[in-house]
Amino acid sequence: MKYMLMIYEDQAPYATVSQAEQGALFQRYMDFTSDIQKEGKMVAGEALQPSFTATTVKLKNGARVSTDGPYAESKEQLGGYYIVDVKDIEEATAIAERICRLHTWNHSYIEVRPVMVFES
Amino acid sequence: MVAAAIETVYRDERSRILATLIRWARNLDDAEEVLQDAFATATTRWPAEGIPDKPAAWLLLTAKNRLIDRRRVESRRRKLLSQLIVDTQSPEELPDDILRLIFTCCHPVMSPEAQIALTLRTIGGLSTPEIASAFLVPESTMAQRIVRAKAKIQDAGVPYRIPNPDELPDRLFSVLRVIYLIYNEGYSRLRHELSSEAISLACQLNGWLPGQAEIEGLLALMILTHARRDARTDPNGNLITLDEQDRSLWHAPEIKHGILLVEQALSRKSLGPYQLQAAIAAVHSEGEDWPQVARLYEELLRFDNGEVVRLNHAIAVAYACGWQHGLTLLESIAGLNDYLPFHAARAQMLRRVGRIAEARAAFDRAIRLTTNRAEREYLSRVQAATTTE
Repeated sequence: MKYMLMIYEDQAPYATVSQAEQGALFQRYMDFTSDIQKEGKMVAGEALQPSFTATTVKLKNGARVSTDGPYAESKEQLGGYYIVDVKDIEEATAIAERICRLHTWNHSYIEVRPVMVFES
Repeated sequence: MVAAAIETVYRDERSRILATLIRWARNLDDAEEVLQDAFATATTRWPAEGIPDKPAAWLLLTAKNRLIDRRRVESRRRKLLSQLIVDTQSPEELPDDILRLIFTCCHPVMSPEAQIALTLRTIGGLSTPEIASAFLVPESTMAQRIVRAKAKIQDAGVPYRIPNPDELPDRLFSVLRVIYLIYNEGYSRLRHELSSEAISLACQLNGWLPGQAEIEGLLALMILTHARRDARTDPNGNLITLDEQDRSLWHAPEIKHGILLVEQALSRKSLGPYQLQAAIAAVHSEGEDWPQVARLYEELLRFDNGEVVRLNHAIAVAYACGWQHGLTLLESIAGLNDYLPFHAARAQMLRRVGRIAEARAAFDRAIRLTTNRAEREYLSRVQAATTTE
């Protein structure tokens, strides 16, 4: 089954932690990605630019309205995602736990959602 | 006679048959529907053909054939091959199926509310309206909760399997917690039938997974508490505290059974929180031995050092070793500011150590937190007797 793992993280600490710390987080992600590739579980994944770069678009009276910033003003923001292909939710949540553990200096949580399958 | 036979098999065998069907159908809704059909078929055929020798096996076979018919229709329509495994074993030979079912219903990825609803629906065989009324929620809310829980099992890929031995303690704890939540819901609302349902679930679980000390512990705990049901309220429905209950109203054979179960559980040398709570209930059933109760609470703190356990420990220490000792422990607990028993216990202890003004203030606090007249009157009475003399 395919699952999307959405990574929500507190982005405030990026302003204060050292470049070395941020580099180390990046390296942990690289190693983790290569691990799940070797395990044959990786389908896709991307990291996103910080949430202050977001633009939210909606229609108002049929016209497009764009606003600066993310849709939800919560402390944790979407920072990236993976799509994995594993046996069941237990394997998916185990991978989510591994991602949480990469974040040593900022809080994170992972929303795990099964990808919808359309039967033809 | 046929109606009675159907009722018996419904009560005793339904969840086992259902569990087997779910393994074949890989879908809870389909399994429930074909089983319902099979019961309907039984009500029309058994009066004419007689009750089969093995009613459960008959129902399983009928339901399975119905499932195969359905899958044929579906597979023609969707051009998909049926994944059905044709199996001739009877449900009695497949206790693993029901364990798969209960561990799936109580899987940690499900919310506690969903775990409870699914367990009562699939294992307990309660109808959606019955579960809704037991938990005082509208029927539509409960129906939606069950639909969503089933959909999550199906669509989120919750595995239908028995946990490995290394994960069994954690997963079993989750099942036991669900059963205990069901019990407590019945206990606190004086809904004895819901408490009985929880006891029956634990009893069945103990049969399917024998030799587990914590299952026996939980079962003993519930049996011992349930044995006091007729003594817990006065004729007006007001609650009576343990020390003021008429012990002749306790169900003595149940208490004996509970005590034997605790002893058996403890003899397995695999201590856990339910066994300790059962041991405490057993000591309370046999008379007053506060030093023993205090020791058991101290053990329990190793498994659960939540505020309520710490409060009960402090109360036991107060009775066993003196009010000042209890009060010192109680005053180190933070976070129970809105909890009536905390203020009631604190008031009593302050009174006994002679801090009268503080005791009266604590009674005020407790009285403000009461929710019924009996509690309010009782506390006001004790408060009125709290004077400098």
